[in-house]
Amino acid sequence: MTVLTLDSVSRWYGNVVAVNDVTMQVGPGVTGLLGPNGAGKSTLINMMAGFLDPSAGTVTLDGTPVWRNEQIYTQIGLVPEQEAMYDSVSGWAFVLANARLHGLPDPADATSRALAAVGMADVADRDLATYSKGMAQRIKVATALVHDPQVLLLDEPFNGMDPRQRLQLMELLAQMGAAGRTILFSSHILEEVEQIAGTIQVMVAGRHAASGDHRHIRRLMTERPHRYVVRSGDDRTLAAAIIASGTADGVELAAPGGRAATGRRRSVGTWHDDGALHVQAGDVGQFVRALPRLASELGIRLHEVTPTDESLESVFSYLVDR
Amino acid sequence: MNRTVAHLTARSLLGRRRALMLLALPAILLGLCAIVRATAGSDPAINVALLGGFGVGTVVPLLGLIAGTGAIGPEIDDGSVVYLLAKPVGRPVIVRTKVAVAAGVVAAVAAVPTYLAGLVLAGGSGRVALAFAVGALVAGTAYCAVFLLLAVLTPHAVVVGLLYALVWEALVGGFVPGAQVLSIQQWAMSVAEQVLGSGPTTVDAAVSVGSGTALLAIVTVGSIVLAGHRLRSLRPRAGEG
Repeated sequence: MTVLTLDSVSRWYGNVVAVNDVTMQVGPGVTGLLGPNGAGKSTLINMMAGFLDPSAGTVTLDGTPVWRNEQIYTQIGLVPEQEAMYDSVSGWAFVLANARLHGLPDPADATSRALAAVGMADVADRDLATYSKGMAQRIKVATALVHDPQVLLLDEPFNGMDPRQRLQLMELLAQMGAAGRTILFSSHILEEVEQIAGTIQVMVAGRHAASGDHRHIRRLMTERPHRYVVRSGDDRTLAAAIIASGTADGVELAAPGGRAATGRRRSVGTWHDDGALHVQAGDVGQFVRALPRLASELGIRLHEVTPTDESLESVFSYLVDR
Repeated sequence: MNRTVAHLTARSLLGRRRALMLLALPAILLGLCAIVRATAGSDPAINVALLGGFGVGTVVPLLGLIAGTGAIGPEIDDGSVVYLLAKPVGRPVIVRTKVAVAAGVVAAVAAVPTYLAGLVLAGGSGRVALAFAVGALVAGTAYCAVFLLLAVLTPHAVVVGLLYALVWEALVGGFVPGAQVLSIQQWAMSVAEQVLGSGPTTVDAAVSVGSGTALLAIVTVGSIVLAGHRLRSLRPRAGEG
C-alpha cells in the first residue's frame, strides 16, 4: 500500500498562487489529474515528486516527506513533461544510464524489461534524436519504470502521441494500476482521463475542484447550466414557447444591433449582441429534446443552435464556483 | 563520486561544439608560444606574460568557464537534469562528480598544454613549465567549482562568469591592486611563484603562497558544498502548466 498524501498544500510564486490549499490522497490504482492548462497540475506533480517545496502544507509518501529526500526516488518514478533528454545517446543507453543511477543490481536486465514494457525494445539502439514524439515519450516512461517503482507520476504523458501509442500507454498504465501500483497522470482532456483513471482529481485555477470516479465527474459536468445561442425564423415566438415549456431556466431575446428587446442587456460571459435567442438550460437533455419539437409545432425554422460555453475552462470553473 | 554521472557529464562536455572550443584555446596558446619562441627567442619576461598572463590569466578561466558551466548548465536549462535529480543519488555527490569531471577536462586541455607551452618557451631546464602547469591546474579546478556553482545559481552563469574573469580579474585587477587579493588567478600565481623558486623567471603574485593556497581551497570546497546544497532545492525552471 503506497499512498501519496497532500495535506493543505499551497504553492505560490511571489504574488501568484499556483496551487491553493489542496488536500488529497493518491492511493493504489490509476488516478487522473484533470484540469485546463495553467490549473497548477505541473506544480502539484512537481511537489509530489519532491522537486518543489510547498509554500504551505506537506506532501508525504506513506508518512515520509518527499521534499529534500533523495531516497524517495527508490519508490517514485517520474515522467516529466518537458521533452529534453540527453542528446546523442541511444534509447538503450539512456534507459541504462537511468538504471545505473538507481544503483540497480542488474541494470542491463532492468533496462530490457522497461524497454519491453513500453514496446521500444526493437528500436532501442536508435539515437534519441531520431525518435518521434510518441517514441520519445515511451522512452521517458521506460526511464521512470526501470527501477520498478511503487509510485509513477506522469505529467501530460499523452501529449503528442498518436491514437495507437496513446492506447498502448493507457493499457500499460491500467495494467500497472491493476497490479496495485500508485499511478497518477495529468491531462487536460476528460476523455483521456476517464478511460483509465479509477479516480479523477479535478484542478481548476490552482484549486482542487472535485474528485471522484469518472461517472461522478461526468455528472458534475453535464448537470451544470448550459448556454445556447439559438437563431430561428421567429425568435420572439420561439422564446415564448421555450419559456412556456419549462425546459429552460432563462431565455433572453437580443435584437440585432445590440439593443435587446428587454432593454439594455447586461453583458454575460460569451453572449453576443447579435440578434439571437440566448437560452440557459439546467437540464441540457430536456432542452435539446424539446427545442426541435417546439419549433416544428410552431412552424418556426431553426437556423442555428450553438452551445456557447463548452470549453474545458468554463466547464471546470463552474465546478469551482459551485 | 558516481560513475554514471561522470560518464554522462563527460559525454555532454566533450560532445557537440563544446569540445572544439575546449581545444581551440590551448591550440592558440601553443601556437602563439611557438611563434614567439621562434621569433623572439626565450625571454623570461615574455615567458611570464605568455604563460602567466595569457595562459593562466585568460585561457584557464575561459576553459574553466566552458567546462564548469557546461558540466551542469545546459541540463538545468533544458530540464533534462530531472533525470539525474529523480534518483536516489545525493545531490552533493552529483556536484562533486561533475566538478571532478570538469576539472579533469580542464587539466587535460589547460594544464597539459600550459606545460607543453612552457617547454616550448623555456625548455626543459628550470621549473618554468611545471610551475605554470601547476598554476593552471589549481586555478582550473577552482574556476570549475566556482562556475559550476554559478550555473546552479543562475541561468546567466556564462555572462556572470565572463564578467568575473575578464572584467574583475583582468581589468579591475590590473588597475586596482586590492582587487588582486580576491582573484583566483593571483592565488594560482602564488602557487606558481612557489614552484618556480629563485630562477631567472619570476612572478610576483599579489598574495603569499600560504594565503593563496588556503583561499583556493576554501573557494573550491566552499563552491562544491554550496552547489550541492543549492541543487537540493533546485526548482524546475520550465514553465508551469
